[in-house]
Amino acid sequence: MKAGSNLEKVLSAGHFAVTGELGPPQGNKAEEVRHKAAHLKGIVESVNITDNQTAVVRMSSWAACKILLEEGLEPNYQMVCRDRNRLALMSDILGATALGIKNVLCLSGDHQRFGSHPESKNVYDLDSLQLLAAFKKMRDEKKFLNDKDLEGAPEIFIGAAANPFADPFSFRVTRLAKKIAAGADFVQTQCIYNMDKFREYMKQAVDRGLHEKVYILAGVTPMKSVGMANYMAKFVPGMDVPEAVIKRLKGVDKKDQAKEGIKMAIEQIEEFKEMKGISGVHVMAIEWEHRAREIIEGAGLLPRPQVD
Amino acid sequence: MIVGDSKPLEEILEMIKGRDKVLVLGCRGCVTVCNVGGEKEVGILATALRIARKKAGQPPTVDGMTLERQCDPEYIEELAEVAGDYDAIISIACGVGPQFVAERYPEAAVFPGINTTFIGGALEHGVWAERCQSCGNCLVHNFGGLCPIARCSKSLMNGPCGGSAKGNCEISPEVPCVWHQIVEKMEKMGRLQELEKVWPNKNWLTSRDGGPRKRVREDLKQ
Repeated sequence: MKAGSNLEKVLSAGHFAVTGELGPPQGNKAEEVRHKAAHLKGIVESVNITDNQTAVVRMSSWAACKILLEEGLEPNYQMVCRDRNRLALMSDILGATALGIKNVLCLSGDHQRFGSHPESKNVYDLDSLQLLAAFKKMRDEKKFLNDKDLEGAPEIFIGAAANPFADPFSFRVTRLAKKIAAGADFVQTQCIYNMDKFREYMKQAVDRGLHEKVYILAGVTPMKSVGMANYMAKFVPGMDVPEAVIKRLKGVDKKDQAKEGIKMAIEQIEEFKEMKGISGVHVMAIEWEHRAREIIEGAGLLPRPQVD
Repeated sequence: MIVGDSKPLEEILEMIKGRDKVLVLGCRGCVTVCNVGGEKEVGILATALRIARKKAGQPPTVDGMTLERQCDPEYIEELAEVAGDYDAIISIACGVGPQFVAERYPEAAVFPGINTTFIGGALEHGVWAERCQSCGNCLVHNFGGLCPIARCSKSLMNGPCGGSAKGNCEISPEVPCVWHQIVEKMEKMGRLQELEKVWPNKNWLTSRDGGPRKRVREDLKQ
């Protein structure tokens, strides 16, 4: 065991894992975090807490993670390289693990230019792979990046993100391999809508044996409406929403589109359960936490396994 | 070369408001090449200022002068005779120019007439693009001759990130993703394997992050 987190235990016991996601509020209301967390309690192994997602300022991820711990849920502390240099990243992981946080997700972070403060300066002292390597070094070698010894090293289960749908496609599995080489213990993918492309991606990953080196969790985000599908297809960089997905949603009454979106998510999860190399799903029901249970239950993934 | 953009005329007029005698100071270096601060642009700006100030009932005296370079004390010295005659000197060299003039002539009121934007080159006539961030440790040969530090919006050494779409950067469809280009170039050269390497964290000490930089070449010092 690297960190002994619930997520790590469930995955290493060979169960099909489920993680959720929670975006902290654009304010300091702890109650909002608790409210969202309540919807996810007991239905996922752990919950990603986003870090100023889409470069919009929100309650700090570590603080929202702490609130989750108090509520009896396990957080995955998301950390982006956009907002902090190596000093702050190392310092924050020490603080986070001191608070009892056991999972981290290392990300580059969306560029601030399309966020809430586009005029800000960015950092990118490290990139996401270098961050993975830094945390692995801190955990395994018990050293800072400068090779000085740590007095108390972070025990942390290290995660990375992968977007199979970004370009160039031919390099995507290589980049996944690099993230594993850098230090990823688990990987969560971007929301998957183009199943054909994802099958091809996973085939390449399995051919390289990557599934034996890392736990891959497939990203699922239910579509709430045709409007959301159109928006994601057109405006979210690196998102691949095939025409067939939009067409299927258009095929039902407006009031039934959300239900159809959930049904589609469940069908995807059913396929992921059988797909070689997939160890679980990452359900990102963005601002829709109260519908997460419906999806997870509908996919036959409740109750969640208890592993000691 | 160092590439710049002219400041808006209104901004320059506001800066020199209430100052009677004005000198527009050009430079025959980079800013001449990128058509923003050479002799020709000195003439254009001086004329525009004269017309605008005359219209506003302000003293229209605006002279022009162009130095060989404004980043060299030897040429800044050429101003010695005239610097005291002006109430405002507008340097349209890169950011080095107004500072060198102000350092040499502490009494002079010096104003920047252009914004220094980047180190780059001309893609075609009238189009320039950034190519270098002067990080102080060039690695472009590892990336097919393309710089990920200056040309990736996130300066990623291990790109491309998840925002790369259709060959473009997530910040804008107008900005090419340099990592997409790096992968394609390396593939074409049969060197894709080299990109399997995980590049370790960069030492930014040689960059601006290490503090203002200075070079001393003992072999050249007199």
